[in-house]
Amino acid sequence: MSDIAHPNAASPALAGDASWYEASARQRVNALLDDGSFVEFVGPQARETSPHLALFDLPEQFDDGMVVGAGKLDGNTVLIAAQEGKFMGGAFGEVHGAKLTGLLRAAAVRRTPVLILFETGGVRLQEANAGELAIAEIMRALLDARMAGVPVIGLIGGRAGCYGGGSLIAGCCSGLAISEQGRLSVSGPEVIETNRGAGEFDASDRPLIWRTMGGRHRYLLGAVDAYADDTVPAFRAAALRLIAQAPELDFAHLARTHARLAARLRELGNCADARDAWQVLGVDPRVDIPDIPHDAFVELAGALKEARHVAE
Amino acid sequence: MEHLNFRHAGQRPATAARDNAIVGVVASGNLEVLVERVLPQDECEVDVRTPVTGFDAVWQAVVADFAARGAAGGLRFSINDGGARPDMVSLRLAQALRAMAGDQP
Repeated sequence: MSDIAHPNAASPALAGDASWYEASARQRVNALLDDGSFVEFVGPQARETSPHLALFDLPEQFDDGMVVGAGKLDGNTVLIAAQEGKFMGGAFGEVHGAKLTGLLRAAAVRRTPVLILFETGGVRLQEANAGELAIAEIMRALLDARMAGVPVIGLIGGRAGCYGGGSLIAGCCSGLAISEQGRLSVSGPEVIETNRGAGEFDASDRPLIWRTMGGRHRYLLGAVDAYADDTVPAFRAAALRLIAQAPELDFAHLARTHARLAARLRELGNCADARDAWQVLGVDPRVDIPDIPHDAFVELAGALKEARHVAE
Repeated sequence: MEHLNFRHAGQRPATAARDNAIVGVVASGNLEVLVERVLPQDECEVDVRTPVTGFDAVWQAVVADFAARGAAGGLRFSINDGGARPDMVSLRLAQALRAMAGDQP
């Protein structure tokens, strides 16, 4: 049997305004792309499972938690990868990672834009170095694709967030979109607490987690390029915009990025809490960023970015 | 890990609008079912991999109940189990059958 399954594997269809956060990887892919256009590569029937999990008596998943394939977005072909956050927290293993590496290598050859639907806690500890190598291979393949002129766009909004090696890969993308529910951080809350104590970061403090790693804060910081409501249409619109706006990976872009990061560190480096950072960025201290409605946040963030753009 | 296999004959051919379908997820209390149209039209097979041992009789009963509905001919159901309860297994098998019929995009 061919390793390309068509029509694609079934998942319950999402309603137009259904939650991205609550959806499965397959639901997100099918709903995001033009109807019926998704063709899966190395699908579940190929049974490309992890060779490492049996050692730990752990169950495998037929797609190893990574859905990859091709489809159309507004009629244009894209390659797409989506992590299933409910299988091993969406963490990267050898096969999981290899599917994304392969997709990115294909993108460089075919000059086709890539969407990565992140949802990952990082690397599977059971796969250890094999998982770390997978991260490195993906980063190299991603940067090779970008050097070939391919936009690689990341979408972050799942319950597992985008952590560890996944966040490093996200950092290599041409553009990122995030929802309020999404989280993005190299170190997760539990890791920080384990290493530096609860005084540094209390992993049970959910408001702290979201105001530090959550989508709204990341967007205000400029760590992501677009902010989306927790719906498929919102992420789709963001994906289309980011593909169209994807910067070329050249020295001028790197220089601008370095300058922007240096400025951020200079302006915000002494802030002990996100709430302090928001004030430095120009947010009225009477405004409660986490609690204002979506539209109000979008308007506020837009005004702040406009003000800063004028100032530059 | 336990590997269980059940084969049932005397099935009516399943309504199959596609060659394969996948439902569910391998997570705590859940399972995935990959269904493929690869068998003779009067047979169905359920192949199970589960980390929870000692429930052979329960699996046999759940699968027998599913097969007793008699409309899964031609299909192999391959299961990776994350420790699902019997009722979740039944629901996923039924869902997989509907997915093959094209009831879900």
